[in-house]
Amino acid sequence: MSNHDVDLAIIGAGPAGMAAAATAAQLGLKTVLLDEQKGPGGQIYRSIIQPAPADEKILGKDYYHGRSLALALKNSSLDYRPGTSVWALDQDLSLSLSGNGQSQRIHPRRLLIATGAQERPVPFPGWTLPGVMTCGAAQILLKSSALVPAQPLILAGSGPLLLLIAAQLHRAGVAIEAILDTTPRKHYLTALKYLPGALRNLPLLAKGAGLLTELRRAGIRRITGVSELRALASPDGTLGQVCFRQGKKEQTISAATLLVHQGVVPNVQLSRSLNLTHDWDKLQQCWRPHIDSWGESSLPGLFVAGDGAGIAGALAAEAFGKLAALQIAQQLNVISEQQRDRQSQVPRRTLDRQRAIRPFLDALYSPAREFLLPVDDTLVCRCEEVTAGELRRLARDGCPGPNQAKAFCRAGMGPCQGRMCGLTVSQLMADERQVPNSEVGYYQIRSPIKPLSLGELADSAN
Amino acid sequence: MPGASKFERLAYASNDWIQVTVEGQPVQVRPGDSAAAALLAAGQPAARTSAVSGDPRAPYCLMGICFECLLEIDGVPNVQGCMVQVADGMNIRRQQGAPVLNDSLAEGVPA
Ligand SMILES: Cc1cc2nc3c(=O)[nH]c(=O)nc-3n(C[C@H](O)[C@@H](O)[C@H](O)COP(=O)(O)OP(=O)(O)OC[C@H]3O[C@@H](n4cnc5c(N)ncnc54)[C@H](O)[C@@H]3O)c2cc1C
Ligand code: FES
Repeated sequence: MSNHDVDLAIIGAGPAGMAAAATAAQLGLKTVLLDEQKGPGGQIYRSIIQPAPADEKILGKDYYHGRSLALALKNSSLDYRPGTSVWALDQDLSLSLSGNGQSQRIHPRRLLIATGAQERPVPFPGWTLPGVMTCGAAQILLKSSALVPAQPLILAGSGPLLLLIAAQLHRAGVAIEAILDTTPRKHYLTALKYLPGALRNLPLLAKGAGLLTELRRAGIRRITGVSELRALASPDGTLGQVCFRQGKKEQTISAATLLVHQGVVPNVQLSRSLNLTHDWDKLQQCWRPHIDSWGESSLPGLFVAGDGAGIAGALAAEAFGKLAALQIAQQLNVISEQQRDRQSQVPRRTLDRQRAIRPFLDALYSPAREFLLPVDDTLVCRCEEVTAGELRRLARDGCPGPNQAKAFCRAGMGPCQGRMCGLTVSQLMADERQVPNSEVGYYQIRSPIKPLSLGELADSAN
Repeated sequence: MPGASKFERLAYASNDWIQVTVEGQPVQVRPGDSAAAALLAAGQPAARTSAVSGDPRAPYCLMGICFECLLEIDGVPNVQGCMVQVADGMNIRRQQGAPVLNDSLAEGVPA
């Protein structure tokens, strides 16, 4: 006897979710694809159905690759529901969702979380000033609205996305005052030992080199070895200046916008809410849900694929989404093990190649210590305004971890539910107590993980 | 001069405009805009004030993570402006200070 509404529910219509949905629907699985955005694409291919900039050169070829994935959704029989956010999950895999002001529950036979990544929150003095935002935020404004930030503009941080977004803004005609590269110089040496893996993905290496060349030819000042980044307010309370150190030299530059970036980390809000097993990824300096090679988590029947399962990039996410869908189809006896293995050869090869370059990138672009363990007067929890110093003091006074710290200082109790401070709070406390991150753990996440209106809450009670 | 300039619009892929009101002023925006984007396009750097210190805060992530973009939209307070698409006649206001979100929602109520 079955009381299931669908075979497969997928949360997230980024490359992982779109590829999984198309594969599953093609194999005849009754599939529902849910995403809180108004259109498909996820983060990389955001607004791909109607990109805002008239000039396609700005976002580049890799972005428009998403069109084929979004088209494949249109041509399939699946039930795609944009504008729908999932705010709770149950151990029996049922989901609570809301869209258009109404709530509903769905009980699928299998569940795939493909909710992707968020930019790593990077606390530094002044990061709450209006005028400071993430590189990803600026990219969203570019993709969906064709808006470019107020100038003078400075970008600061580390990682491939920082360079990509700098290049996209430059192609859009935006003057970039400076790129402050905070990659610690010693990382170049550490990364070298992972070079053989990186050489398995020459096209990606070449892309990175191409971006650097593009920025250099454009004459954009790129200042390397930057530390002690600070944002200072102007008299009107918004960003006025950016200060930093390069070697022995301290510098100050006037700025209207500072875009920051220190890589991306898995969005673990849903997997945490179910208490799935998570592992600390030392190289990526983040938590990731524990999964097998098909994406199945510690809760049987619940899969996680894409950057939400560990950062590997969009092409890896697409391949991983397919693999998860194939395994689910096999578990539901729609295809045989042999069919699954045959069909998984190509995506498996893609996934392996995309993953092979990660250790190199992760070692090179691992955030500098000052962003992982900010100085005492830095606000770590933006919502409740709790500083790094306060968290260190709590740890010294015997507070064992983030959940206990919550009770003392309210860090993590604001509207963002710890999304902006969770990683930093764990790391600060582990560092102060001199124990591994896995020992201090992470916030206990409770649903609803998305804000609900009273009407939606009332619906769900019925 | 820092602080005085604002977000600027590039050549847009369609000719569609939508009229909304930002802080009481009529503003022409684009259909792909979120309410938070409309606010920035209208030259308003801050979306809300911090419930703790009263300091101004502005949209930070634009993807639903930071909750710095809380706005009052069509009279409903505490709406994540980056997660709401603009609609004709939408009334967008900044969120002033206190209670940022109902604690019971932020902390989780039994589902
Ligand atoms: C802001 C940002 C910009 C990026 N830009 C690029 C880029 O230009 N190039 C690049 O190579 N990589 C980029 N990345 C990296 C990114 O992680 C990609 O590798 C890729 O988008 C990952 O694909 P995915 O399918 O795993 O997840 P995503 O593409 O992130 O898709 C996840 C989807 O899940 C939805 N979602 C999340 N939670 C819920 C919920 N509770 N209910 C309903 N829906 C939900 C989201 O709306 C989103 O559409 C970016 C990352 C970020 C955070
Ligand atoms: S800008 Fe971060 S949640 Fe809206």
